[in-house]
Amino acid sequence: MSIVAGCDVGSLTSKAVVMKNGKVVGSAIIKSKVKPQASADKAMNDALSAAGLTLDDVQCCVGTGYGRNKISFVDKKVSEISCHGKGANWLSPAVRTAIDIGGQDCKAIKLDGRGKVEKFVANDKCASGTGRFLEVMAGVLGIDLSELGACSSKARSPVTFAASCTVWAQADAVKLLNNGTPFEEIGAGINTAMASRVAILVNSIGIEPAICMTGGVAKNEGVKNALEKIIGHRILKVRKADPQLAGAIGAALFALEDLNGRGS
Amino acid sequence: MIVAGCDIGSLTAKAVLMQNEEILSTAMIRSTPRPQESARRVMNSAMEAAGLSMDDISYAVGTGYGKSQISFVDSVESEIACHGRGAWWNVPSIRTVIDIGGQDAKVIRVDEHGNVTRYSYNDKCAAGTGRFLEVIAEALDVELEKMGELSLKSTEKVNISNQCVVFAETEVVSLINEGKEVADIINGLSRAMANRAASLAKGIGVEPDVAFTGGVAKNGGVARALGQALGHPLIELNIDPQINGALGAALIAQEKLKQSSI
Repeated sequence: MSIVAGCDVGSLTSKAVVMKNGKVVGSAIIKSKVKPQASADKAMNDALSAAGLTLDDVQCCVGTGYGRNKISFVDKKVSEISCHGKGANWLSPAVRTAIDIGGQDCKAIKLDGRGKVEKFVANDKCASGTGRFLEVMAGVLGIDLSELGACSSKARSPVTFAASCTVWAQADAVKLLNNGTPFEEIGAGINTAMASRVAILVNSIGIEPAICMTGGVAKNEGVKNALEKIIGHRILKVRKADPQLAGAIGAALFALEDLNGRGS
Repeated sequence: MIVAGCDIGSLTAKAVLMQNEEILSTAMIRSTPRPQESARRVMNSAMEAAGLSMDDISYAVGTGYGKSQISFVDSVESEIACHGRGAWWNVPSIRTVIDIGGQDAKVIRVDEHGNVTRYSYNDKCAAGTGRFLEVIAEALDVELEKMGELSLKSTEKVNISNQCVVFAETEVVSLINEGKEVADIINGLSRAMANRAASLAKGIGVEPDVAFTGGVAKNGGVARALGQALGHPLIELNIDPQINGALGAALIAQEKLKQSSI
């Protein structure tokens, strides 16, 4: 019997996954706290209690995400890129291109058949095309981030954003709202603007199907559909687990490999 | 013959009235949501200061992002041409103009006649424009006008690692939480802004003398950092650097008038 865990401390959310014999038995997604250590503790405790286990039961734990160096309970740290690649492969083994959109970055990762990273590109310099863009824009519209995706299916004539810069788009959205443009039309435009920005990154690495999206933004149908149209490829729907858990799942799988390696 | 230049920017609207190569009056107001109204108001204010009315004006040139919506101008001119002309007229040895406005940054090279030879600008990304300072001023709860002064009081070097305004705003909040001084943070931002403008300038080559114009030129912190980043002293214009575009528009109006009267 093997019990392993992965903990992914991101800028906006922290995720933990507990795996027993290769199956997810507990997971948690929480809003990140000011201190990465506190986020890691809370996410891991939640995942463990969902699994009915304690930290002592975990044989090996891997940490990832931007706060990975501050987690006290991990045995090992692995980069987000490797963890997301591994996680995407586990979620959907056919995947060769994984698009991960996090709270303040966006990554396009090319994988081999076993989930090993062949190549990647990332943007963490500009808020546009990251989860932060959507967060800021949802704030302008006064809606919850989770409500943004549905705008695309409700809109009849989505607006077009001229500028990709978050700051300029924010000012444009305020103007549109003041002019009485319905928020669904603006929301749909936001999703499309986001997708066009992500598409530039994805196209720059060269798309190889199958493609999947991970990270919180994968749950936004508006962005996903717009991205499919722009890149001209279907994006696989991840069903095996919440796509936001991909990094933590990858981390748990690295923990499992580590554990198995120790035995032999 | 009296001519006018009217520069409708994103944040402020400026007007300059001239007669025989001399400035009669200037005016500056905060832009209203309607460019047409901003233009009318700022022009009225400049005319009032000179004791003139619209009938006295022989030729008016409009510039700035709202230029196409000004009803009373005889022609429009690019901001690039106006800023180049204004600075060169003010100090004829000027060969490079760095203009940072509310939502863009421009670098303009002019020849010995004040004609534009090369230019480069950024209006795609808020970093390196006046908006950057505005956003951070709000995050720090400091008046925009006080930022330059505060920057010069800095005693410790703080670097801002993010170029993106959105990410820099978060970084500034964490720096405050870490106990860094506001003056030091603002100084770090001023240097970040200056470096951004300097790299735009180096892209087309910097030839001295260099003038710094636009609203951000009034920020002493950014001005000092820009001079250091370029390795050239910045020549001070003897006008408000923010009205330089409107001045250039008035100068071009004067020229157009001469051409039409020949």
